[in-house]
Amino acid sequence: MEKILMRGNEAVAEAAVRAGCRLYFGYPITPQNEISEYLSFRLPQVGGVFLQAESEVAAIHMVYGAASTGARVMTSSSGPGISLMQEGLSCLAAAELPCVVVNMSRGGPGVGNIQPAQSDYFQAVKGGGHGDYRLIVLAPSTVQELVDLTYRAFYLADKYRNPVEILGDGMLGQMMEPVVFRDPEFPPLPPKDWAIRGKGNGPRKWIVCLDLDPKGLEELNLKLWEKYRRLEEEDVDYATFGCPEPEILLVGFGTVGRILRSVVREGEKEGLKLALFRPITLFPFPKKALREHARRARAVLVVEMNLGQMLEDVELAVQGEVPVFFLGHTGGVIPTVGEILEYIHRLLVKEVRA
Amino acid sequence: MKVVFERPKTLLEKPFTYCPGCHHGLAQRLIAEVIDELNIADRTIGVGPIGCSVYIYEFIDVDFVVGAHGRAPAIATGIKRALPDRVVFSYQGDGDIAAIGTSEIIHVANRGECITAFFVNNAVFGMTGGQMAPTTLVGQRTKTTPFGRKPDMHGFPFRLGECLSVAEGSAYIARVALTRPQFVRQAKECIRKAFMTQIERKGFALVEILSPCPTNWGMSPKEAVDWLEQHMIPHFPLGELKVKERLFHETS
Repeated sequence: MEKILMRGNEAVAEAAVRAGCRLYFGYPITPQNEISEYLSFRLPQVGGVFLQAESEVAAIHMVYGAASTGARVMTSSSGPGISLMQEGLSCLAAAELPCVVVNMSRGGPGVGNIQPAQSDYFQAVKGGGHGDYRLIVLAPSTVQELVDLTYRAFYLADKYRNPVEILGDGMLGQMMEPVVFRDPEFPPLPPKDWAIRGKGNGPRKWIVCLDLDPKGLEELNLKLWEKYRRLEEEDVDYATFGCPEPEILLVGFGTVGRILRSVVREGEKEGLKLALFRPITLFPFPKKALREHARRARAVLVVEMNLGQMLEDVELAVQGEVPVFFLGHTGGVIPTVGEILEYIHRLLVKEVRA
Repeated sequence: MKVVFERPKTLLEKPFTYCPGCHHGLAQRLIAEVIDELNIADRTIGVGPIGCSVYIYEFIDVDFVVGAHGRAPAIATGIKRALPDRVVFSYQGDGDIAAIGTSEIIHVANRGECITAFFVNNAVFGMTGGQMAPTTLVGQRTKTTPFGRKPDMHGFPFRLGECLSVAEGSAYIARVALTRPQFVRQAKECIRKAFMTQIERKGFALVEILSPCPTNWGMSPKEAVDWLEQHMIPHFPLGELKVKERLFHETS
């Protein structure tokens, strides 16, 4: 298979087209503009639709409309834009409409800056908008994984009839790496017999995101919850790397995951027994697997480009079996291999071996 | 025996749930009549709003999508772009279309999106219990303007139809009322033209329908009809605001 050198944002866009995405609605925001720019010429080549919306609010509701017809549809943005999309995401989840949303996140809160950050973790995995719902959240850490997880995102969206967020960051979107576009291969999906396409000769259908009857709405919420439970059984994903019985188990997602790989490798040279646990699905979070891996270590160190958001899920998963420590940078500052190793040395002396 | 009047096929056989004297039922019946006459029920998709207007999906027998408050034009855009050969219409109230959804309706008109929009203007937020709308008249008392709407405090009643007429992408804009048989006939003709504007791919079409809200105006149905004619029509004049023949969508 041919390897192509590609920027993360363009790789996501090409992967979406290859996954059958034929409609894209978006609004410019740095650092993800290459996704829109790429799709603005690529989608028309395959008979698809690229439309620049007047706002992220409009974009996500255009996605809602297109998803209602059963089409594969995507939007992308970054932190502040994803915040504006929360209304629509809540509606998409309530109406059980599949779609893919890419968040190449940046420093926050507020307008923040355009440097990479992971401070949208809570927003992504805890629902984000109002109501009892979750997004399926995937966290790639290389450009190749951006491609593979984009394929997977469209598959999971259709399998579960739920919006999927790909949570990247400005670094992943901007970096160039060699990628291979394999043909997406997934098990067959159920027919979209719910899609709104005009009633034809059959009975009419409707898609709504409201139910004024409390019992009816509770039923919907329980149905959504059952879906999330099934996700946890069937579609949890994570990667591990390094020593099978480490002194410290490092936990990080996305960009931090790739930095922690280097930490494990460099640490080995210094005689440290380290391992990496990298959640790939942030929702569903790989709770059970993380707990099992944590048990084999003496301590867990969570590293994030925020001030401890995934940390809460790690602590819930580990359930106090081993101590959990945290190192974080925020506001667009990227942690370095050197400083993480230094922190680990200190942790070993002061806490783990003390 | 010749049938001269009957329930439109596309209007489902159940009683409207609107308040006495409300014109939503009339407006929806006219839309159903036109859908029947154009024989497009099988390929028509309606988009509902939030507010009293949302109940349209309970009464008109076509496929429907209902989303968030004010976003119907964006949702309709997504549907129309995915299925360009379907007839897509939206149905919104004045709070939905002229307050929270102003941005979406202006841009859908400016893009010349080939959809048909219906805008029921009753100068008040209905479903939430009668608060001030952008269309509330000067001096009009509502739940949030207990001393009447004052321009220096609350601004002016918004003429959305006129505003959308200046957008190059809008092809047909009309304002109608349903308070007299003559107006009802005119309204139906405007609704037909608004659908035809879409079918002939001329661009965006909107029909603004003035409607009384006796419940929130605190009037009887008859008083509300009189108030609409005496106070609303002078500020929101009836008629075709824009009729454009150019097929600008045929550029590519």
